Amino acid sequence: MLDNLDLEVVRASLPFLWTGLLFSLKLTLVAMTGGIVFGTLLALARLSPFAVLRNSAAAYVNILRSIPLLMVILWFFLVIPLISGKPVGAENSALITFTLFEAAFYGEIMRAGIQSVPRGQVDAARALGLGYAQSMRDVVLPQAFRNMLPVLLTQTIILFQDTSLVYAIGATDLLKAAEISGKNYNRPVEMYLLVALIYFAICFTLSRLVRRLQARVAIPR
Amino acid sequence: MISIRGVSKWYGPTRVLDDCSTEVAKGEVVVVCGPSGSGKSTLIKCVNGLEPVQRGEVVVDGVSVTAAGTDLNRLRARVGMVFQHFELFPHLSITDNLTLGQTRVLGRSRDEAITRGLAMLDRVGLAAHRDKFPAQLSGGQQQRVAIARALAMDPVCMLFDEPTSALDPEMISEVLDVMVKLAEEGMTMMCVTHEMGFARRVAHRVIFMDHGRIVEDCTKESFFGTPRSERAQQFLAKILRH
Ligand SMILES: Nc1ncnc2c1ncn2[C@@H]1O[C@H](COP(=O)(O)OP(=O)(O)OP(=O)(O)O)[C@@H](O)[C@H]1O
Ligand SMILES: [Mg+2]
Repeated sequence: MLDNLDLEVVRASLPFLWTGLLFSLKLTLVAMTGGIVFGTLLALARLSPFAVLRNSAAAYVNILRSIPLLMVILWFFLVIPLISGKPVGAENSALITFTLFEAAFYGEIMRAGIQSVPRGQVDAARALGLGYAQSMRDVVLPQAFRNMLPVLLTQTIILFQDTSLVYAIGATDLLKAAEISGKNYNRPVEMYLLVALIYFAICFTLSRLVRRLQARVAIPR
Repeated sequence: MISIRGVSKWYGPTRVLDDCSTEVAKGEVVVVCGPSGSGKSTLIKCVNGLEPVQRGEVVVDGVSVTAAGTDLNRLRARVGMVFQHFELFPHLSITDNLTLGQTRVLGRSRDEAITRGLAMLDRVGLAAHRDKFPAQLSGGQQQRVAIARALAMDPVCMLFDEPTSALDPEMISEVLDVMVKLAEEGMTMMCVTHEMGFARRVAHRVIFMDHGRIVEDCTKESFFGTPRSERAQQFLAKILRH
């Protein structure tokens, strides 16, 4: 089977795969950015002195982290149109779902990051007269973010791999595009091999990058 | 300038400050000492409201720290504080460390803040290091920058919490020199320190704490002469032996 691979099929399907890959990357970037922003808010809520905030954030994080992502994707695909009152499409549904889901994971990373900043740093910021929000923005979060950057990026690599799950709701990501091409040309083996290679190349390059970055971004103390 | 009246504080069931009262007049230098865990850090943090208290009142320059509704951020901006572990912001350059509070809290322009910050950096003898990061400086230098950072806010008084106890012996004197100069220029200072040489040289009064209580609050002369409490005598004997 492997000795008569059809490379012509591969070339013909590249433009379509490219569209799929673009959506996978867009989904990754949107979920990463949104997830880190929302996750940071969740982390701040989990560390706040107000029990209501703390408990709701903890519940959100723990629930989402205990449900398989595939289920969340399918669920949200059903629920989001009910809430918004109109169909939003598989792509938009995926964007929303991933942002909300990843926030739970990025949030836990940011929480660890915030806790890694010594208490004295907050005291010093507050002693200068900075308010809570200013202390967080100017002193704590920049340090937390830099301390956690390698972990945040590793989570993003996992996220990129997980985006392949959206093919279950019919959003055309890289994997779905490969599946469609494979069916069209009746050449699934070539297509699945190719996307495996693409996923591998991207993830491998990224994790090498993370390792190089690790030394560069650490804040010397 | 600083007035502490009947302050008590609990952590859960444990009482860490027990009915503490004292005054620090304008231009006065008061040294606070006492064994570990006696509540020195807690007391000094009550002065700028970093630690809330359950009972009693703290007033700084006519403003009540403990009253509800006080703008604590505005008050803290006028009270300089120096920590045992320096607490410079490691992700910011020395210049940015010096300007952060000035621009964010005092609303100064960046140029104004840099001018003021660098003047203070020069005052502690480190003007050449303005573009470095904290980790590139020695402990003694970092602590001097921390003092400059506090001074750049034009504080009405300065609080020190064991500013030299995390330093190697050879760096202690460079920090103490800066503090002595500050004291001689008339800054109001409340210093938690076990540097009795410093206390002898510039302190007006010495406060001795034990188990959350102020056991001695007297002039330097009478403290080093004949402290009344046995506990303070033992403490002094121990500390001066080294
Ligand atoms: N966050 C906290 N929770 C509970 N107990 C605390 C807390 N902070 C301090 N304490 C307790 O309060 C008491 C006074 O602490 P404090 O740090 O003021 O002492 P100190 O005199 O500064 O000691 P040291 O010389 O070790 O710095 C200690 O018994 C300490 O264990
Ligand atoms: Mg202490």
